Amino acid sequence: MDAEILARIQFAFTVAFHYIYPPLSIGLGVILVMMEGMYLKTKNPLYEQMTKFWVKVFALTFAIGVATGIVMEFEFGTNWATYSRYVGDVFGSALAAEGIFAFFLESGFLAVLVFGWDKVKPRTHFISTIMVSLGSMFSAVWIVVANSWQQTPAGYHIVGEGLNVRAEITDFWEMVFNPSSVDRLLHVLSGAWLAGAFLVISVSAFYLLKNKHHDFAKSSFRIALLLAVFASLFQLFTGHQSAIGVSENQPAKLAAMEAHFDSSSAGALHLFGWVDENNQKVNLGIGVPGMLSYLIYGDTQKPVKGLNAFPPDERPPVNIVFQAYHLMVAIGVFLILITVLGIFLWWRGKLFNHKWLLWIFVFSVLGPQIANQVGWITAEVGRQPWIVYGLLKTSDALSKAVTSEQIMFSLILFTVIYLFLFILFIYLLNEKIQHGPDELETITSEYEKQKFIFEK
Amino acid sequence: MEFTFDLNTIWFILIGVLLAGYAILDGFDLGVGALHLLFKKDEERRIAMNSIGPVWDGNEVWLVTGGGALFAAFPHVYATVFSGFYTAFMLLLFVLIFRAVALEFRSKQEAKWWRQMWDVLFSIASILIALLAGVALGNIVTGVPVDANKEFAGSFFGLITPYTVLVGITTVALFMMHGAIYLVMKTEGEIQQKVREWVNNTIIFFVICYVSTTMATLVYFPHMTQHFKDAPFLFIFALLNMLAVANIPREIYHKREFNAFLSSCASIAALLALFAAGIFPNIVISTINPDYSLNIYNAASSPKTLSTMLTIALIGMPFVIGYTITIYWIFRGKVKLDKMSY
Repeated sequence: MDAEILARIQFAFTVAFHYIYPPLSIGLGVILVMMEGMYLKTKNPLYEQMTKFWVKVFALTFAIGVATGIVMEFEFGTNWATYSRYVGDVFGSALAAEGIFAFFLESGFLAVLVFGWDKVKPRTHFISTIMVSLGSMFSAVWIVVANSWQQTPAGYHIVGEGLNVRAEITDFWEMVFNPSSVDRLLHVLSGAWLAGAFLVISVSAFYLLKNKHHDFAKSSFRIALLLAVFASLFQLFTGHQSAIGVSENQPAKLAAMEAHFDSSSAGALHLFGWVDENNQKVNLGIGVPGMLSYLIYGDTQKPVKGLNAFPPDERPPVNIVFQAYHLMVAIGVFLILITVLGIFLWWRGKLFNHKWLLWIFVFSVLGPQIANQVGWITAEVGRQPWIVYGLLKTSDALSKAVTSEQIMFSLILFTVIYLFLFILFIYLLNEKIQHGPDELETITSEYEKQKFIFEK
Repeated sequence: MEFTFDLNTIWFILIGVLLAGYAILDGFDLGVGALHLLFKKDEERRIAMNSIGPVWDGNEVWLVTGGGALFAAFPHVYATVFSGFYTAFMLLLFVLIFRAVALEFRSKQEAKWWRQMWDVLFSIASILIALLAGVALGNIVTGVPVDANKEFAGSFFGLITPYTVLVGITTVALFMMHGAIYLVMKTEGEIQQKVREWVNNTIIFFVICYVSTTMATLVYFPHMTQHFKDAPFLFIFALLNMLAVANIPREIYHKREFNAFLSSCASIAALLALFAAGIFPNIVISTINPDYSLNIYNAASSPKTLSTMLTIALIGMPFVIGYTITIYWIFRGKVKLDKMSY
């Protein structure tokens, strides 16, 4: 295999694996703030028990997120050196801002969050929890800004020629608020909240089904459900905004998302289907004619730019993008249905009465994970063949000094190590879940203890 | 080259500061890792691990931020070095991952084999990280084959020479010394007594390595001394370094562990300053043709980006330093094992 394919497989694999963890940390971070906030407000040790248990899970996801995140930062340079030279001037300031504003914040206060229970006052501990949560979201800000710049470059000009050609920043804020930044950031963040919320929902539902830790599980479930229902509905809005943005800025991606080939016709919205790229049609599909045009322009008749408007070598792979996109939408709709149902049953006082529903909630943890992955596949594969949309092709962005043998070697090692990491993660997560929260009687109220220490 | 204090120079210094921050902070936790297997009892190993428990993660962020800043300020250096040292960097990544995993997972199970396995991995990974970092540093001194297109034109094994390995071992020795001093500061009783003896041995080990490296540099890489001839005041760093190292046993003897630790930090900073003064204004020296070397001008981002980032750094760094100090303050004192410990 040639270096380009190997480098792309390696990047896709390492970034997809990495992306299991940061969304969990971001989502759990918000839930920890909610739980500890409730604890400080009510002084009810149940909330302390909840916070302490979920902090342990948070620390686990965070650690793997950091370890696999360093890989991502290095890979820009190791595998995509030409890209790094090309975008360094633009991309670099976002990355530097991420390091200075986000990473130090989260990793610093994480120490207090995990190890500082006996070292600081409850209020200070709560502030640390907020800082960690904010830090994890800040890092999403800067990395999504950098990625959005690749999708919709702005605030730059092209300088130099031949081997020395590169993009240079002309307006920092225009780069930060490039046309897709805000929509995509909100979409990514609420996808992350869903990931964290559904982990809590799933584990809590599992405890209820196993008849364990009742109060703990019910209370955790409710807090997570609040976040989940908000995020799943918010996703409808951010998803729609993103799609409109894509139609304006990356029409080839939008066309691939709906396998729309003919520019003179109105766009259909498919529920599902299988794209036959050679014959330019969707097999086995069900679609609503004109619906795509309606969603974008508010007019079912208006034509949507199709893939045929682009030269064949500037079209993304259609079926992958189509399937990834539709799977994401389907999961999004499913998450809305079950969270709204959950809220309805909560209101009727029957949230925990149905075993079948609890089982659905147990497995629902996979929903946001899959949706987050396929959402990124839609975004990144849909951008191909460009690495920076309209400016630099992926095939021109490789490291010139690296051979395919070297990448093969690292790819094999990554596969082995990540597989091993994943097994360890599942094993330890399972261990924590089986162990459950520490019993209320055995943890003396942290608040009482602290009051004793500090107010004397 | 005429010295002008411009944006490029500021960023050369700032990246040096970030890397020095990394070397000082992650240096002691790598050192603790390198010494780990010398502890025989499980409780001692847990105390050692928990002495760095709350802070190692934040320490590693200095490397991440240093890498990010290098990408941003000198993209050509980042691209050339990271792609050129591909295999070395991949190895570094793998050991970084293993080390993080070992720290997190070691104490999660009681079984003896489980803990022994992670202990060995943790220690080897810590040593390898220090060694690889040192070898990389050594290559910056010797220069590497960089061609007219700013691309690396050598091989992985070309990076491993007696000199670069010597710098690697010196780095391991330095971090061991630094880690031992940190452990003296964080422990008490019997275990502290044990570590106290290690400090003297690691100092001797380091001084031997340091003197050899210095001699090798003076003999084989005289370009490193050019600036010292032009600007003799730079000798202050060399002097500072030696005074700092000499001060360590004195402070340890007087049981002023914190002062000993500060001396050790100062010696690391002084060493990096010596090294930076030696290569300036180059960052990557080309062995093919000196004109192909990557320096702070031909490898840099635009002045616009450098000044934007300077603003970011000026706003952000006071916070970073503020809460780094706060967190070390919160976790000051001797290690106590509790429920949340590793």
